[in-house]
Amino acid sequence: MAETAPIDFRTEPSRYRHWKLALENGVAYLTMDVNEDGGLKPGYKLKLNSYDLGVDIELADAVQRLRFEHPEIGAVVIRSQRDRIFCSGANINMLGLSTHDHKVNFCKFTNETRLAIEDASTHSGQTYICSINGIAAGGGYELALACEQILLADDGSSAVSLPELPLLAVLPGTGGLTRLVDKRLVRRDHADFFCTTAEGLRGKRAKEWRLVDRLVPPSKLVDETKKTAEDVAAKSARPKDAKGIALPAVERSIEGDTIRYGHLTVEIDREGRSAKLRVNGPAAAPPADAAAIHAQGAAFWPLALARDLDDAMMHLRLNETEIGTWVLQSQGDATLVEAYDALLAKEASNWLVREIVLYWKRTLKRLDVSSRSLIALVEPGSCFAGTLFELVLAADRSYMLDGVFDGSNLPTATIRLTSMNFGPYPMGNGLTRLATRFLAEPAHVDELKGEIGEALDAEAADEAGLVTFTPDDIDWEDEVRLAVEERAGFSPDGLIGMEANLRFPGPETMETKIFARLSAWQNWIFQRPNATGPEGALKLYGTGKQSKYDRKRA
Amino acid sequence: MAIDYSQLIPNNVDLSSDRRLQRALENWQPRFLDWWKDMGPDGTSAFDVYLRTAISTDANGWANFGYVKMPEYRWGIFLAERDQNRQIAFGDNKGKPAWQDVPGEHRSTLRRLIVTQGDTEPASVEQQRLLGKTAPSLYDLRNLFQINVEEGRHLWAMVYLLHAYFGRDGREEAEAMLERHSGDPDKPRILGAFNEETPDWLSFFMFTFFTDRDGKYQLASLAESGFDPLARSCRFMLTEEAHHMFVGETGVGRIIQRTCELMKEHKTDDVRALGAIDLPTMQKYLNFHFSVSLDLFGQEASTNAANYYTQGVKGRYLETRIGDDHLLVNDTYEIETIEDGRIVKKAVPALQALNERLRQDYIEDCARGVVRWNKAIEKAGINFEMKLPHRAFDRRIGAFAGQRVSPDGKLLSEAEWKANESKWLPTDEDRAYITSLMGPAVTQPGKFAHWIAPPARGINNQPGDFEYVRFN
Repeated sequence: MAETAPIDFRTEPSRYRHWKLALENGVAYLTMDVNEDGGLKPGYKLKLNSYDLGVDIELADAVQRLRFEHPEIGAVVIRSQRDRIFCSGANINMLGLSTHDHKVNFCKFTNETRLAIEDASTHSGQTYICSINGIAAGGGYELALACEQILLADDGSSAVSLPELPLLAVLPGTGGLTRLVDKRLVRRDHADFFCTTAEGLRGKRAKEWRLVDRLVPPSKLVDETKKTAEDVAAKSARPKDAKGIALPAVERSIEGDTIRYGHLTVEIDREGRSAKLRVNGPAAAPPADAAAIHAQGAAFWPLALARDLDDAMMHLRLNETEIGTWVLQSQGDATLVEAYDALLAKEASNWLVREIVLYWKRTLKRLDVSSRSLIALVEPGSCFAGTLFELVLAADRSYMLDGVFDGSNLPTATIRLTSMNFGPYPMGNGLTRLATRFLAEPAHVDELKGEIGEALDAEAADEAGLVTFTPDDIDWEDEVRLAVEERAGFSPDGLIGMEANLRFPGPETMETKIFARLSAWQNWIFQRPNATGPEGALKLYGTGKQSKYDRKRA
Repeated sequence: MAIDYSQLIPNNVDLSSDRRLQRALENWQPRFLDWWKDMGPDGTSAFDVYLRTAISTDANGWANFGYVKMPEYRWGIFLAERDQNRQIAFGDNKGKPAWQDVPGEHRSTLRRLIVTQGDTEPASVEQQRLLGKTAPSLYDLRNLFQINVEEGRHLWAMVYLLHAYFGRDGREEAEAMLERHSGDPDKPRILGAFNEETPDWLSFFMFTFFTDRDGKYQLASLAESGFDPLARSCRFMLTEEAHHMFVGETGVGRIIQRTCELMKEHKTDDVRALGAIDLPTMQKYLNFHFSVSLDLFGQEASTNAANYYTQGVKGRYLETRIGDDHLLVNDTYEIETIEDGRIVKKAVPALQALNERLRQDYIEDCARGVVRWNKAIEKAGINFEMKLPHRAFDRRIGAFAGQRVSPDGKLLSEAEWKANESKWLPTDEDRAYITSLMGPAVTQPGKFAHWIAPPARGINNQPGDFEYVRFN
């Protein structure tokens, strides 16, 4: 177990300590008011609306809830409660006190939250608008960059900045550099000046250089923001008269090394530094239509499982850092899984179904970037069909039993493709997992469409290139054991790097750049003495002592 | 049109041969004059005012007296004489020659410091722009105007640095200083205290005593800067700042004197009935202005202040006279803070405590002025003592922000605070009373409003009935 109490990602608005959520005229107002003494760990104060993981967990929860619980909300405003301070970014003292893996996990989670914000704007009809009433520094401005519109108070002092390089000798950790040039299309020479100027830019120049969209006199900022957001909300295609579904806390029990969710069981093998994640297929046939899905709400199997899986991944990432391999298994009736996929496809235009599918997309992406070795086991009694087959496709390697286990009456293992494998769940690179898998043979992906609905046994799956190895029952145990044990023997750093490089072939997107640059450049810089050595800038920040740089260019 | 800058703008920075500076000022100077007309002392353009103008930095040059129309005041640019051997006295660059140009790595820090300092100068002119209408005498009116034009000159001094050393950014910052206005909800001045009103002359005297004194300490620590032009600029500004505090200290002193005279003459404490300002009300104003001014020093533990020091851009008060290593890397300094519901002393790294150290120097300086006021009260045979409140009293910034603390430094419950607040801080009623005393300006030479005593001496030794301002 981790040394301290595990970090719990489950929260809800009545428990927020750092954000206020208010709804009015189709607009949600997410107001940041960070409680200085509300840090997740002791030893630092969250001054000046700076944040730590705890603050971002609340933000992520709010973003998620707004999508499911509030179909009537068409725009979301992010703003600050504080006078003259919007947000000063990630708390530096917290970073200084954190282990490297916590820093990386923190950055990763905040990145996923920012991407979820953009996903909501792009796909859910909930457009994010940022209203900056003061200083938006570092992660504060990066949060703004994740929004579709940025309004800045034009008071001669409100400014946006990315002071990481000049002040801390590190890089903005939540996609700031990428979004500047790739999303807002800021000219690279302007971006260069901006990122080396600790105090950032304000007013006219910030606008002219595309760093913000609009300048508003401070006395009008509240009204202008409201007006802008209400206009955007009015244009949203979300159903204003629909009712949302409640997202009650995900239920789980942790007993020793077993974590049980409604539809997922995690068993940790500490000695083997691995965990088995076994997802359970649906227990009954799917409901008839969208209205019936709505009636089931959070209990609707695909949604319930996605929430279980999401929570389990976040828990394992943060609280079980030494468990380096996740073994993915499933259990259930593939025909039922297929029927659920058919329902999701049939009702794709329904707002709630759309949210559930988008949520699966994000959950699978979270799996892709979890920095764990992923091994999928397709065994008799498993139900890797359609949406669940994405888990097999996400794995670095998959093993499928050819035949049956001696003495078992379970039928031969099969896998099935559904239409959900061909579009709704793109990876960060913009391609489906199938398209990514078969980069060399794009035509093969089309051919596979002909296999939709077929129960493919090991031989057929192997033939179609959908699994890696297909040992029989005599070889199975050793092959699988060796694969997991071998993984546990390698350097975790080397594995993370290798896996990340191999998992995302194909085109670059803003998203792949953000994660790749974070893991490559930022993590390298975070390890270097110029940032974290005894005389490094991040280490000395706040002491008044000046950092001494190793001037060699590497 | 060619302008003879050496005539228009007295200076010792070789303005007439500096083309870059001329170009910058050609743009800025008309805007400054527009600003002065719009935001400076209201309705005073035609007045002839007996003002002091600095035309050089030597002993005779900095105090030339004569009648001037304020828009025609010759706002000069002066730096204290250069010491060719000056070295940086503190921080990582200690012992190196003082910088004559801005080092690239400290450029934005220096610019921010200069802008923050510069922004306060026009702010106070704006805050005081209506006071002339209720001046208690020509003497006081003239002093107000003297302060106003000198704050204008201090703005010039900072604008000179921005124009001369910070390129385009500097020019933009210089313009922005004319665009922000005290109390403007859309473009407020940078620091909170400079957005408060100065509605009456008691407030004005308190402001010049307490808040301008903050300016003195900020300027004094910038006068230690490794950036030599800033240091020299601030050193010369300090000579003028002394007059502002003189106006504050003697202004409050003259009100006290008048109040004590009336108390004695009428054998009563109730001087309000006699149209004067009672000592308890003055104490309340003191409490207010002192705590607002303490906030200007910033957080007790400050990363910025530590960085400024280590970088060599802002030192301590009288840095070179302090007998330590001037690096402070291993030193600690005791600050007061709140822990477990009590005010406690706590040692923190000295580098981070530089704001607090400067605040302490300031508090001691304020205390000396209060002693002089009390001597006057004692001399009059009145049993009353003015006191500086505890540093934790009524603060908005730092460790004590939002805490309820009595003037003698006890932590209070909200209920205790509410029960006593009206004894410690000016109430609406107090303010209304002070406002009621502010009648039309007293314009007859040698006459004074009822609530204030005449000064002991005239400006530049002029007689008591000297006509300091001619209204034309």
